[in-house]
Formats: sequence, C-alpha cells, structure tokens
Amino acid sequence: MVESPRPAKVDIVLVGVGGQGTILASNILADLGMRIGYDVKKAEVHGMSQRGGSVISHVRWGAEVNSPIIATGAADLLVAVEQLEAGRYAGLLRPGGTALVNEFTIEPITVITGGAHYPSRDEIESAYAVPARRLLWVPGAAVATELGNKHVANIVLLGALSRLLPAVPEQDWVDAIERQVKPSHRELNRRAFEIGRSDAHVPGPGV
Amino acid sequence: MKRLLSGNEALARAAWEAGAVVGAGYPGTPSTEILEVFAPYPDVYAEWSPNEKVALDVAIGAAYAGRRAFATMKHVGLNVAADSFWSVAMTGIEAGLVVVTADDPGMHSSQNEQDNRHFARWARVPCLDPTDSQDTHDLMVAAFDISERFDVPVLLRTTTRVCHTSSPVEVGEVRRVTPTPGSYVRNTAKYDMAPANARQRRPLLEDRIAALSEFAETFAGNVVTTRDRTLGIITSGVAYHYAREVFPDASTLKLGMVYPLPRRLIADFAAGVDTLIVMEELDPFVEDQLRLMGIPLYQPPQPPAYPQTKSIFPVIGELDPTSVQRAAVAAGLLPGPGPADRPAPEPGARHTLPLVSVAALDLAPRPPTLCPGCPHRSSFYLLHKLGVPVNGDIGCYTLGMAKPLDALHTAGCMGASIAVAHGAVQAGDTERHVAVIGDSTFFHSGIPALVNVLYNRSNVVTIVMDNRTTGMTGHQENPGSGHTLQRQETVELDIELVVRALGFPPDRVVTIPSYDVKALEKQLKAWLKVDGPAVLITKQECALLPATKATYLPLAVKDNCNGCTICFRIGCPAILHSDALDERTQRPLAVIDPVLCTGCEICAQVCPRDAIEFRAEAMAHG
Repeated sequence: MVESPRPAKVDIVLVGVGGQGTILASNILADLGMRIGYDVKKAEVHGMSQRGGSVISHVRWGAEVNSPIIATGAADLLVAVEQLEAGRYAGLLRPGGTALVNEFTIEPITVITGGAHYPSRDEIESAYAVPARRLLWVPGAAVATELGNKHVANIVLLGALSRLLPAVPEQDWVDAIERQVKPSHRELNRRAFEIGRSDAHVPGPGV
Repeated sequence: MKRLLSGNEALARAAWEAGAVVGAGYPGTPSTEILEVFAPYPDVYAEWSPNEKVALDVAIGAAYAGRRAFATMKHVGLNVAADSFWSVAMTGIEAGLVVVTADDPGMHSSQNEQDNRHFARWARVPCLDPTDSQDTHDLMVAAFDISERFDVPVLLRTTTRVCHTSSPVEVGEVRRVTPTPGSYVRNTAKYDMAPANARQRRPLLEDRIAALSEFAETFAGNVVTTRDRTLGIITSGVAYHYAREVFPDASTLKLGMVYPLPRRLIADFAAGVDTLIVMEELDPFVEDQLRLMGIPLYQPPQPPAYPQTKSIFPVIGELDPTSVQRAAVAAGLLPGPGPADRPAPEPGARHTLPLVSVAALDLAPRPPTLCPGCPHRSSFYLLHKLGVPVNGDIGCYTLGMAKPLDALHTAGCMGASIAVAHGAVQAGDTERHVAVIGDSTFFHSGIPALVNVLYNRSNVVTIVMDNRTTGMTGHQENPGSGHTLQRQETVELDIELVVRALGFPPDRVVTIPSYDVKALEKQLKAWLKVDGPAVLITKQECALLPATKATYLPLAVKDNCNGCTICFRIGCPAILHSDALDERTQRPLAVIDPVLCTGCEICAQVCPRDAIEFRAEAMAHG
C-alpha cells in the first residue's frame, strides 16, 4: 500500500442545525488532528444558536494555526449535516474543495409557517458551481436510520470524510471517535463510521 | 503534555492552579462553561449566584477574607455588577481577585455589543485581553499575582471566539498553596468607603494605575515579535491571530494587558517599523490611547469622520480573516483581489488569502426557535391570540417574539420586563400590559420590579414562566431548581410562595401547568377583565431536561385533518405541511415529525377538529 503524503494544512467547516451533532463531529476532528501531530483550532458558537438555529464549526489542522475562523473561500472540506445549510455556507469552500452533504432536510420555521422556499438539490448544487467545487451527497440519515439511531448521521459523514484524507490511518479515526462518545455508543458509532467510509459515492482523495 | 482546551476550560484550569478558593457567577453566553468546569476541581467552592452583582460581591467577600477568588459573567453582567466593581476598585483586596467578563462581538447570543475594556479604564483597574486558550490560561494565572502585587481587582476580558475556540494548552500540574489567614482583617479606613475614607483612597487609584503602566513595560504578557519591519501591528485579543493570518510577515506587539499601556515599549516598537497599525476587535480602545500618546499611526486614505475614531478595521461585529483582509485592501495596506476564480493558494502556503466571491443563494433563514415541546409555547400562543402588549425579558422565552407566535414586544435586559410594563401603565397606556419573565431571571432581578408593581399600584399581569432551569445557557441550576452548582441538594425556592409573601391578594397568584392551554386561557382572560396586578406562574420542566425526555411520546395527525392551519400558529418545528391536500379546500394537511414531537399536546388542544392525537390515543396504538 502506498502511503499518501500528509497535507500541510486541512481546513474543515462543519455546518448543520442545532442538535444534529456538528459540535461532536468537530470535537472528534480536533482531537484527531492533535493526536496525529498537527496544531489545531476548533471554533464554534454556543447558546442562542443551539435552539434549532443554523450552526457552524471551524476545524483547522496545520503546522501553526492562527485564525480560529476559516476565511471565505479557504476551506478545503465542508461537511453539511443538513442540505439547506450546505447551500448557506457554500462560499467558505475553496475552488476545487469538496463538500459532503447529508441527504437530509430540516425545514426552518420560516419555511413551515413563513412561506419561505426550501431549496431543491439542484439549487444547492448550483451554489457550488462557480467557482467550481465538488459536492457529494452522502446518505447519512438513511444509514443512521438503518442503524436505529438518527443521531449518528454525523459519524457516517465523518466516515465519508475519512476517504478524502487518506493520509490519516483508519485506526486513528476510530480511536478519536471512541474517545469522544459514551462507551455504550462506541459500537454503534464504529459501525456508522465504517459504513460512511465504505460509501461508494465518495471517490476521494480530495485534499 | 498539551491538552486541547477551550478558552473557558483553560481559564477554569488556571484559576484552580492559581489557588482560587471561590468562584461565583451567573450563567451567560459565552462565559457559562468557566464555572461549570471549575466547580468539580478539588478544594474549591463554586456557585451560581442569583445575579452578577451578588456573584461579584461573593468573590469580593472571599478576597477581603484573604482567599483568592474570581467572578464570571457575560459582558452585560458587568453592568449589573458595576456598582460592586467600582467599590472594589476603590478598596483593593487582601487576596487576588479577578473579574472575568466574556464579551460577545457579533452578538451571537446577546442584546448589545459593548466593549468591556472601557470598564477597566473607567475604574482604574488593569485589563487583560487574551488571544487564545494558552494566553487565557497564562494571563489568568498572572492576573491573581498582579491583583495582589498592586492591591487591585483585575479585569480579565475574553470574547466569544476565545471562549469557544479549543486549541492545545500547556497547563501547570500543581495548585498554588495559599496560607490560610489567621483572622478577618478589620481595616475600616481601607474597606469602609464612607466618604471620608473614600476621599483618602481616591488618589491611590491614580498612583496605582501609573505604577501598573510601569509594570506593563516588562510584563511577560506584552510580547514584541520582530519580523519584517515594513509593517508593525499592535494588537490584542483574537485579533492577534487575524493579524498573523493576513499579515504573516509583519512585526507584532501583542498586548496581553490593554490597560494601562506600556508607553516606552510602544514608542520603541513604533520607532522600529515603517508603518504602524492597530488591529483590535470592537472599539478603538488601544488605538485611541495610542493617539493620545502621540504615537504616529498609519493614516488610511479616508480617515474616519467624528465621532468615529477607528481608522482601518470595522468597529461593528467580530473580525475574521476575510473582513480584516477586505479592510486592509480598502485602507491601501494590501493590493486588491485578483479574479474571483483564481486558484487557491498552495496547501500550507503563507500568503494573502483568496477573496472568493460566490453568488449567494437567497436561502430561507433559520433563526433559533422555541424547541418542540417547549412549555413556553402555550402562553405565547395565547398572548398572540389575546392581542395584548407583552413586555419580555432575557431567556429562551425571548424567542416568543418570532413569527408565528409574534407575542413579545420588548426585551432589553435582565429583569426589565415587569418594570417596563409598569412604566407603560403608569404613563397612562390604555392597553393592559403583560410582563413575561423566566424563573432564573425572576430570581436574578425580577423580584424588586414585582415589589414595585405592588407598592406603586399598577395592574400589570406578570407571567413567570418556570421551566425549572436556566434554559438558554444550557440548563444551569438556579434558586428554584433544588440543587447547587456543585450538585448539592438545597432548598427549592417556591416562586408562588415568594410572590404571595410580597403581599399579592390570594386570588391573584396562581400556578398552572404550562401545557394546560385551556386553564391558562381561562385564567388570563379572567385577570385581563378585572383591574389590579396578578401573577401567573406557568410550571413545567424544559422539554430538553432528562426528566422530560424520558416522557417523549410522538403524537400523530388523524384522518379528519382538513388543513385548517390553526396548529401551525403555535410555531412548533415538529408540525409540517404534508404532501397530501384536503380534497375540498386543497390546503395541505398537517403532519407531525415523529422524531421531533415530544407529545406535549399543545397542538392537540388548539386543534378545532380534534384531529391530533392526545397522549392517551398515541399510547393506545403504541
């Protein structure tokens, strides 16, 4: 097996809706980055935005990480646990970057009662057209439902993400996940990660 | 080994290492986790006080008694504690005292954007402004030493981005051992600020701040790093990291202490660079001081017009690498952007960031909302229906302002609801006013305002929405919840008994379960018909508390739904439009998301056709 060279820096944006586990996923990524020898920063916002609002975390790996926030158009990878949010934060992804988007919709209250429009998949894809970035759909919600726990879609997405970072050994991913989840949920999360990692929709490598 | 810690975790750790014996605060984003992390450390006392002023007085009390102590709060909390802050600035302390203010640039979870560094200059106390978790740790340890060396409280000012960013931190492994004082110090000339004593103390504040300015010249937290001398940046807080990101080659003076400033250090740094700029978030706090010192700063082509004094970077909101770069381009410090689709920098390359412009989709906003099963929902549904003016307060229930509930018309600061309603009544407003306040906010500062309603005889109807916790900040204990921050069982203050004890007439104080829409409606209608004040306590555990989660039971919409849309008026995220249409009206039928529904039955109660299951029915079909 050929060893992939490790990228000098990896900037990952995670987006979703409060309560979907974006913070847990970003905790895992920050822990993983530090364990494999990068300087890391992980930035997120708590409080008001957790109440069903739009949420975003920034995770940065590098030799020396300064800004906790990833600049517009500078993220290498974007993980969206909800479709609309993938559209909202598309501008953060750099030209040539890859977005992994959970096939899952949560209607905002502005759509349910305010008459706002929920964008189609085509519209969300259009947000990644200029400049050209790659958008890959991941059936995270469907896999999570099959596994009997809707909360592990985030881990399915991390599994898919791991294919785009071939320089990081699989065992390091599994260890990082196990450090961050309750012992009783380890097996479930390991399964979710494995299924995500074997997702044929994600060709990798992306960075 | 380094540990991955958020700024708040690093601060709590540092307080423990520095030998802090007492930590007190009131929950408020982004400060809340500091005390939650500190509380389980061995040999410490930590408490949620009813409000920030009490918290600071508790910490002051410990510091007067010769034990290191600190108080934590969000930026607006220091307004509440300002009286105590000023008092202790006058008296000084026996043992180290640190006041932690967590400011919220960008107002992620706040009603204003005040820059609390001004408090330090105003009260003549030193202010530390960390850039990241390591800095937060190191400056918190240093703060206690500075406090004791100069007999002064220290203001440690952090911000959302520092509080909630995690990065590797080298921590100390040993807790400082503090000798226990023999007896309580009785020094009225120093600690009793009667005017005669205060006048004696007053000149000391000026001498002290001058001595601190001298100390700042060699303070390890003020760091000069010489790189390329073409550009020098004086910076503090998280802005330091944006300076490093956007101007990686520039020389920097990182100010760990932003008040008072080291004059000679700054003058020397200024003399060593061709162009000097200041990069700081929010107000031109450092920049204004440098101008007063006569330090020559770079003048952008379009200098700000009075009364603005911040010359290059935005005064509003959080900075980020993108906004810093745009401002630098506009000020002529960086060349303009290339084509939008130019290739990204090589991975790891340290040069100017891409300024990508992407056609933004016009996407539906996703504001925070009351959660499915929120016990506040029923009251707001009714208040909207009754059409009364509602004066609100700070907490989850502030979200009652959002459509479709749209039933909260003012929300300024903690504890304001009841007195703002009272003021409207006394001004002669002809509409009947309802004040809405949560349980934790009631204990924080609602009680004096309720006393005022009774004492000064207005007819405000107050609803205390008791969800048995401090909700918005993530379920902190409060005087009504039965437990302390350190998980000890304690007295559960009964809001109804408290209100009755104030002297409200017995028939004007009622507690009703929050989910009982009919009972709430009947009571509110009755009180709005008669003159005089009244207090309704709506009581039900927050839907996100474990005790409530254990009772979740998703309800379903039945076949007789005709798409009348009334259930949508409660604004529950679990009630969606289905794809099916009513045959006659062609309106979409309602459908309930079983993943989100908690089974609170509010929708079932408002449905005029009995087309939504109650829990008993849901239970029956299992």
